[in-house]
Amino acid sequence: MTDLATKAAPDAATPKGDLFSKFDGMIELRETILATGVEDPYNLVMEKVLSPTRAICNGRDTILLGTYNYMGMTFDPDVLDAGKEALESYGSGTTGSRVLNGTYQGHKECEDALKEFYAMDHAMVFSTGYQANLGIISTIAGKGDYIILDIDSHASIYDGCAMGKAEIVPFKHNDIEALEKRMRRLPADAGKLVVLEGVYSMLGDVAPLQEMVAIAKKYGAMVLVDEAHSMGFIGENGRGVAEQQGVIEDVDFIIGTFSKSVGTVGGFCVSNHPKFDILRLVCRPYVFTASLPPSVVATAATSIRKLRHGANKRAHLWENSKRLHEGLVEMGLSLGTDEPQSAIIAVIMPDLERGAMMWEALLKEGLYVNLARPPATPAGMTLLRCSLCAEHSTEEVDAILAMFESAGKAVGII
Amino acid sequence: MKDYPTMTEAEVDERIRALIEPFNKKGIDIEAPTTFANDLEFDSLTVMDFVAEIEDEFDIIITMNQQAEIENYGQLVAAVHKLQDS
Repeated sequence: MTDLATKAAPDAATPKGDLFSKFDGMIELRETILATGVEDPYNLVMEKVLSPTRAICNGRDTILLGTYNYMGMTFDPDVLDAGKEALESYGSGTTGSRVLNGTYQGHKECEDALKEFYAMDHAMVFSTGYQANLGIISTIAGKGDYIILDIDSHASIYDGCAMGKAEIVPFKHNDIEALEKRMRRLPADAGKLVVLEGVYSMLGDVAPLQEMVAIAKKYGAMVLVDEAHSMGFIGENGRGVAEQQGVIEDVDFIIGTFSKSVGTVGGFCVSNHPKFDILRLVCRPYVFTASLPPSVVATAATSIRKLRHGANKRAHLWENSKRLHEGLVEMGLSLGTDEPQSAIIAVIMPDLERGAMMWEALLKEGLYVNLARPPATPAGMTLLRCSLCAEHSTEEVDAILAMFESAGKAVGII
Repeated sequence: MKDYPTMTEAEVDERIRALIEPFNKKGIDIEAPTTFANDLEFDSLTVMDFVAEIEDEFDIIITMNQQAEIENYGQLVAAVHKLQDS
């Protein structure tokens, strides 16, 4: 019943039996956009990265406003030193799975840093955030179990559900009543996992975790919260939306990533479940892949320890988010949330064509944002997604607003 | 479930027909083989809203796994009949 993202054009000039014919619809859409002469939004090259907030993109000096580098840790001197030292001492890679020869001292230290950061008993590091969701969800919820999730969940969550073969029960985005109705209808004795995200990355809106976690617990479900876009920034200690809303004690599993606030690459799960460590032997996306290189886990551990004390940076990032949100609203642009709820500000474009034009106009002004389009976006929207950084100065935010104004007028959307 | 203990397939059909009305934008004749994706041109958003209405009406859950097996109207009626009876 669910529509596939790609539909084959019936008259496509592809030979019979070509497995690629299912992509013809998408190829056609892409060619139509590029035929208007815009730069390809999905083929940008950053030739030089100058700082967490600036790079040379397609030959231009550009302010970065779409890299999820919320806390600006990518050029932190302590983080860089830790990485260099690990590279020198442990080599460039582990060449192994965590279960075999792939666990180095650095992996343990990284997991220790996570346990301290979240004040939880267990931490497990994955090679990417995608694999953390894929691995944890597919391993703990199997055939016959139910996964109740927000319809706008990230692809890694859906892929984890599919891999584990659990029954998938979606509910309307951030709709507390829709969740409750579904929990009530599910068999009382079935295994249930409620999967939520702290911040939904497309619109930058926050989930009502306080209410939703309570409902999940009322019906005997375990709760997993993906805090990828809130770690380091939201909550008193930067533990995320579950901390901010006072329900972190009732969350069974927190999933996170190193590729956003932490400023490198990798994923993780933290938990207080007493049997958590068995996952190291049964979770296939953990067992059957190479572990992160020593330099990466060393940078991650150092960054996580610094994030704990990042209260000043958190405060400045909130100021940036509020300033950008307010300025864009004043211009008459339509945004994903009425108030700034996170470090993501989503500007809603009237359609894909004008979205692509606006994206290009901003790039020519010297600003990089993300162009997001269906099927990644909810409600078929085209979005220009801005992710702010604690290292963006107030002057840079003002420069960003001026670029939006100039590009918006050139494209005719303001 | 408790409200409709033994609904016949014809009764289920009648209720779903009433629910589908506002989603049938092109006003096509709906028969058992009418497909949601091609004939009714439901996109994923429409599917979500329509499924939620059916779930509320019959107090059931149609999981995404079950939805994936339902391509046409006849299959939907049969599936809902089975679900509300269980």
